[in-house]
Amino acid sequence: MSAHGEAVAASRRPIARPTSGRRSKDVGFRLALLGCLGLAILLLGVLLWDVAADGVDRLNFDFITSFASINADQAGIQAALTGTLWLMGVCAAFIIPVGVATAIYLEEYADNTKWYNRLIEVNIQNLAAVPSIVYGILGLAFLVRGPLSLGPVILAGGLTLGLLVLPVVIIAGREAIRAVPPSIREGSMALGATQWQTIWRQVLPAAVPGIATGVILSLSRAIGETAPLIVVGAATFVAFNPEGLDSNFTAMPIQIFDWISRPSNDVNNYLPLAAAGILLLMIVLLCMNAVAIWLRNRYEQKW
Amino acid sequence: MEASPRAEARGRPEISLRAARPRYGEKVIKGLLFVAALISVLTTTGIILSLVEETIVFFGDVGIGEFLTGTEWAPLFNPPSFGVLPLVSGTLITSAIAMLVATPLGLGAAVYLSEYARPRVRKTIKPILELLAGVPTIVFGYFALTFFTPEILQALFGNSIQIFNALAAGVIVGFLVIPTVASISEDAMSAVPQSLREGAFGLGGSKLQVTMRVVFPAALSGIVASLVLAMSRAVGETMVVLIAGGQQPQWGVNVGESMQTMTAFIAATGKGDIATGSTAYKTVFAVGMTLFVITLILNMLSIRFVRKYRQVYE
Repeated sequence: MSAHGEAVAASRRPIARPTSGRRSKDVGFRLALLGCLGLAILLLGVLLWDVAADGVDRLNFDFITSFASINADQAGIQAALTGTLWLMGVCAAFIIPVGVATAIYLEEYADNTKWYNRLIEVNIQNLAAVPSIVYGILGLAFLVRGPLSLGPVILAGGLTLGLLVLPVVIIAGREAIRAVPPSIREGSMALGATQWQTIWRQVLPAAVPGIATGVILSLSRAIGETAPLIVVGAATFVAFNPEGLDSNFTAMPIQIFDWISRPSNDVNNYLPLAAAGILLLMIVLLCMNAVAIWLRNRYEQKW
Repeated sequence: MEASPRAEARGRPEISLRAARPRYGEKVIKGLLFVAALISVLTTTGIILSLVEETIVFFGDVGIGEFLTGTEWAPLFNPPSFGVLPLVSGTLITSAIAMLVATPLGLGAAVYLSEYARPRVRKTIKPILELLAGVPTIVFGYFALTFFTPEILQALFGNSIQIFNALAAGVIVGFLVIPTVASISEDAMSAVPQSLREGAFGLGGSKLQVTMRVVFPAALSGIVASLVLAMSRAVGETMVVLIAGGQQPQWGVNVGESMQTMTAFIAATGKGDIATGSTAYKTVFAVGMTLFVITLILNMLSIRFVRKYRQVYE
């Protein structure tokens, strides 16, 4: 409110007609703002163009069906692609039940005056901003080694990514559940349904599109995460597809990182491979986002 | 929160307001949901436990004073030295460069979207910013290393810029966090009541004056929150600094040279199959702890500021 006060105080000068100097200042400011926005968008454009120009030649059917190779000409991304699909499967199987259950608890049951419910909420807010590499350390200490000692396998990688994006699912789920109007719940209760019957048969079905959008967006964040998988110990040179949850694995971003960091020379230039991998990753991401947007537009209900 | 009045509304009012018989199934379900909610708390506990446990072991070997004040970081050399300051300074310098880029660009974009853009323009531009936020960080790393450093920085500054350098890493991280700054700041500015703007216009303020002297100060806590959160993201960002910033710890301020950050050290060390209990293993946790504490402080600050601006007008 002090701002308001200042504005009032500032205007106690005699009223002057807008001068042309003031106008040109206004226009200049507007242009500067547009420039800020334009620069950000320009960088995005240059980035996409650069990656496409570097990688488009290598992005073909052979690239998708070949395994890792020391010969840059023969290397492909198949093991990483299947590894990523496995990871996303584990991740989804973890975040959907846990994320939705947490969202339901916080929106429908939790009594906000209780300290432990507030703790859960603050905790989720905080977790959303913990650096992804710290989740990698958690995965290394608890899942790969230590108590569970799973080793650097699909299950450990998928769960690490799941823990990382869980806050995103919870936050999206809560918003979707909150958007269902109370009158729906009251109507259901008035007809004699219990609280859980109301949630299961009325609230959840109405919130499914919002929850699904949130899940897809979290998976699209998980799919590009590299740092936690590096620490968890994803392999970089894998010439087989994962066969189960206890299989060693590599993933698309890990494979891309490996190609970027490998010394390239005239005979073996790995950078185009990296660019092709990035292109493939971006295409998968775009598809996921398109589905999310479609879901949102198709099923979004205005109450 | 509304559980109790609803529960009472169930039975027939003339007999009893309570349920006729206890519903154990409902209680079990509530319990299960609570357990799911606890997983997130357990995650935090797990993070803290894993970091603290190994960090304590680490400080059994290395003095805490040496760790926090030493200016040489060479844990795998013989003899090793464990001064974390070069990693901290590397992190802070790249983050500072990032904020120098993200603050003006992000706030400019936010002011434009909130105060100047027509609804249709806003509707097209916001998804583009979201796209920028959705690009995996490894892509930015590739871009920084293969395009930004050779084609732009080295073209501008010549040989004083090495192929791995803190400047490119910082600038690109800055672009990476623009959406964080822009979207939270825009929310804060959009939440400023229209009546404040109308009042200022009514007193003869120009658009520029209204924006800078009324809307901006009124949204200040939200704007600060966005900057703090962006700083936290920059500090925690790994792939760009790992790929473009290089892996040479530097206790100095030459941004044209390689600078290892805390995150880059953790990733570079964790990449190899390090043996449990080895020195390398323990340093990952000690540096991780330092990183976690720094980002935790920033996150708490940001949550504070967000609360403040929400309380004002809602």
